[in-house]
Amino acid sequence: MAIKKKIAKKLVKKPVKTAAKKSPPKKIIAAKKTIKKVAKKKITTKKIVKKIVKTENTQKTLEASLIELIKITSAVLPDDVQKVILEALHREEKNTTAEYAMNIIKANIELAKKKLQPLCQDTGTVLFYISHPVGFNQNHFTSLIHKAVVKSTELGYLRQNSVDSLTGENSGMNVGPGHPSIHYHQHGKKTVEVKLMLKGGGCENVGAQYSLPYTPLDAGRDLNGVRKVILDAVHKAQGKGCGPGVLGICIGGDRGAGYIESKEQLLRRLDDKNDVFELAELEKEIVETSNKLGIGPMGFGGKTTLLGCKIGVLNRLPASFFVSISYMCWAYRRQGIELSEKNQIKKWLY
Amino acid sequence: MKKLNYPFTHEQVKELKVGDMVLITGKLFTGRDAVHKRLHDGVKPPVDLSNQIIYHCGPVILQDKKTKKYKVTAAGPTTSIREEPYQADVMKDYGIVGVIGKGGMGPKTLKGCQDYGCVYFHAIGGAAQVLAERIDSVDAVHWLDLGSPEAIWELSVTDFPVVVTMDAHGNSLHAEVQASSEVALKKALE
Repeated sequence: MAIKKKIAKKLVKKPVKTAAKKSPPKKIIAAKKTIKKVAKKKITTKKIVKKIVKTENTQKTLEASLIELIKITSAVLPDDVQKVILEALHREEKNTTAEYAMNIIKANIELAKKKLQPLCQDTGTVLFYISHPVGFNQNHFTSLIHKAVVKSTELGYLRQNSVDSLTGENSGMNVGPGHPSIHYHQHGKKTVEVKLMLKGGGCENVGAQYSLPYTPLDAGRDLNGVRKVILDAVHKAQGKGCGPGVLGICIGGDRGAGYIESKEQLLRRLDDKNDVFELAELEKEIVETSNKLGIGPMGFGGKTTLLGCKIGVLNRLPASFFVSISYMCWAYRRQGIELSEKNQIKKWLY
Repeated sequence: MKKLNYPFTHEQVKELKVGDMVLITGKLFTGRDAVHKRLHDGVKPPVDLSNQIIYHCGPVILQDKKTKKYKVTAAGPTTSIREEPYQADVMKDYGIVGVIGKGGMGPKTLKGCQDYGCVYFHAIGGAAQVLAERIDSVDAVHWLDLGSPEAIWELSVTDFPVVVTMDAHGNSLHAEVQASSEVALKKALE
């Protein structure tokens, strides 16, 4: 009710003010009366129009926020990733091809940030992870994500990267069956959080899924078996996934869930610590041992093969024991935003 | 740091050895999966590729709406191993002097390098901005029907930074690292 009165007041006030400048005092009273009457009748339609305008505005704001998220994710590596890349650069021996590669990587990170242009031309699979409160309209949000993705492609923040698997035709829009990939999670908070990961094809191609026991490596259904297959995957990847890379791993689940969880592990910050003691130890050991394999940046040979490793667990069937491994290249593009009530970017999550 | 300047010759690239860091100045033709398949299928290339370098790359290209001019905004290498079935034949049939890509290639291509006097140059994967900066102009585009990332883009470059990882003498850094890391892996799994 209070709002209604306020709107009515505003509607009445404005015309009167302009009228006051032009007309003599006597006419003001008459004008006021007529306007009041007209205004009362028009309030309902005006209110609806205003509501539509307001929704359109917040929709536009949301689209703008999503485009900003895509732009920044594509161009700027998060701090935790930049930090480990610099550490890797300093580890490599001087005047080696490994150091040369890391120096170009460093220069590239700086240049992309400065120019706000895609860090890597393969802007990858566009993966959205949305955490939202109860009662959130997913259909509506999905359509706005599609709009933002199309616009970002037109603006060159994303490459035309979505191909019809049967005809080979490129939609040119990055929208089609499975693209972009959108994952919704309901959470207890009132806020909406949107995380975005851009995962290139080169690193996606070196991902792997093992079913334990895996006899070629004598890998059994225990953490030692898990360790063996992970190291095997690192070796098989060599430099093809644009190393030094980061592993996201899921132990358990079915084949589909395992791969989804392995990617979600890549949403963790590189400097966080696994709550499960054994997994925290394994994550650390995998990185240390991988770096002793001598594969190095780009597979040129060198001291850094992996920048990080994150492992999660899902329950499995008694008959199955999968280890799903997602490899992320050094161009580890992930960002996230928390939206304000008006769909503005309230804060950046990484 | 070595330099390789246009026009390229087989004699020039034969002098290069695995581990050489090279700055290339001249012309590059992008060509990835669809181009290699089409060339391998025997479709005549729209440009003479003899003594040229093919770059495994699907760039991000923007076209100016008014001038219709193309601009490269990001142009790093793509994974080369997917061209392994075709590359040696493309070397033989079209007389290229080398390819630029990432991740290295297999024994068939290595033999192709030896037989036809070619070199495999490794660009830094993901370094799309540093590499795009070394591209001075987009001179032409061919086979755009394959889609923008798959088309043949004719590029002029200056000091394009690469590392020779497979030379014309049968040496492959990828084969070396593969073998040495395998020894290390076996030790780690004991």
